[in-house]
Amino acid sequence: MSQARMIVASRRLFLSNGGTALLSGAAGALLAGSEALARSAPKGDVAGDVSILNTALGLEYEAIAAYSAGAPLLKDKVLKVAKTFQDHHKEHAELLEKTVKKLGGTPVKGKSMAEYNFPVDKLKKAEDVLKFAARLERGAASAYLGAVPVFTLPELKTAAARLVADESMHWVVLQNALGEDLPDALAIS
Amino acid sequence: MRSIALAAAATVLLASAHAGAAEGDPVRGEKLYDRCVGCHSNDRDRTGPRHAGLIGRRAGSVAGFPYSDAMKRSGIVWDAATLDRFLANPRALVPGTRMGFAGVPDPQDRADLIAHLERATRQ
Ligand code: HEC
Repeated sequence: MSQARMIVASRRLFLSNGGTALLSGAAGALLAGSEALARSAPKGDVAGDVSILNTALGLEYEAIAAYSAGAPLLKDKVLKVAKTFQDHHKEHAELLEKTVKKLGGTPVKGKSMAEYNFPVDKLKKAEDVLKFAARLERGAASAYLGAVPVFTLPELKTAAARLVADESMHWVVLQNALGEDLPDALAIS
Repeated sequence: MRSIALAAAATVLLASAHAGAAEGDPVRGEKLYDRCVGCHSNDRDRTGPRHAGLIGRRAGSVAGFPYSDAMKRSGIVWDAATLDRFLANPRALVPGTRMGFAGVPDPQDRADLIAHLERATRQ
């Protein structure tokens, strides 16, 4: 298939996508991993891992708020996709929060919309929102990739890798909605 | 004789690697900054502190940002050399930092990033 046709095909996918069922399955497994962790008195730098989990949790809260900030400029199917991605971030946040607690830490809290201080003055149309969200998602994918080597508990490395997958999926779908080319191989670094 | 030539070549290589590190490409660095935007912005505090005003600033000194004690006590002042060491392996330079990020292993990538930061964070 030519690249152009793939873009058309995947744009159709973008426009008709909606479900979160698959993620719930993945989410269950992530949590199951951390339950196993809690049972087996994990060896590793638990405090360090909790601190990274909390950094990630803060990032997820910000993503949830960013989609809320952008939603008024979106409509129809694009809005539906944004809501789906926001739901993914809510699910990520819930899992990270539970995992922090299971490891004996105190989860960070989300901030108010005013505290996030999003550049709303620069978000004037749907395209601006999609660009803004795509950049955040791409950044989140890199952030999780950067967390893989520094987590000490293997279950958390796996969890971080799954989160890279979710965030890069979001990034690519948003890029595609913007009509951007498909990313190169090894685009997330 | 051969080994002397080799040593000389190595020195030249090292020297040019160093020169390379000093001369990063800010345009390429701006692209590489994509790796940081999950947590940082230039002009607002997010999961990580704002980067505006970074060069010459004491580590852990943006008022109101909840830094780790490790960062606040590090005694680092940010310049090309300290950024290069930090970005190579944040947790090695500042053990206990909340920046849970493996780092940027490639020296040229770091040089480019730093060139971008030097330009973009100027206030
Ligand atoms: C996972 C989120 C995350 C990512 C990704 C990230 N940072 Fe950070 N960064 C932080 C946090 C959190 C801090 C505060 C650390 C502390 O207090 O120990 C920080 C601190 C810093 C500091 C010290 C700033 C100061 O005011 O003293 C610099 C410099 C920095 N980061 C640069 C970068 C660069 C460059 C990148 C991209 C290559 C990057 N960071 C990627 C979260 C992140």
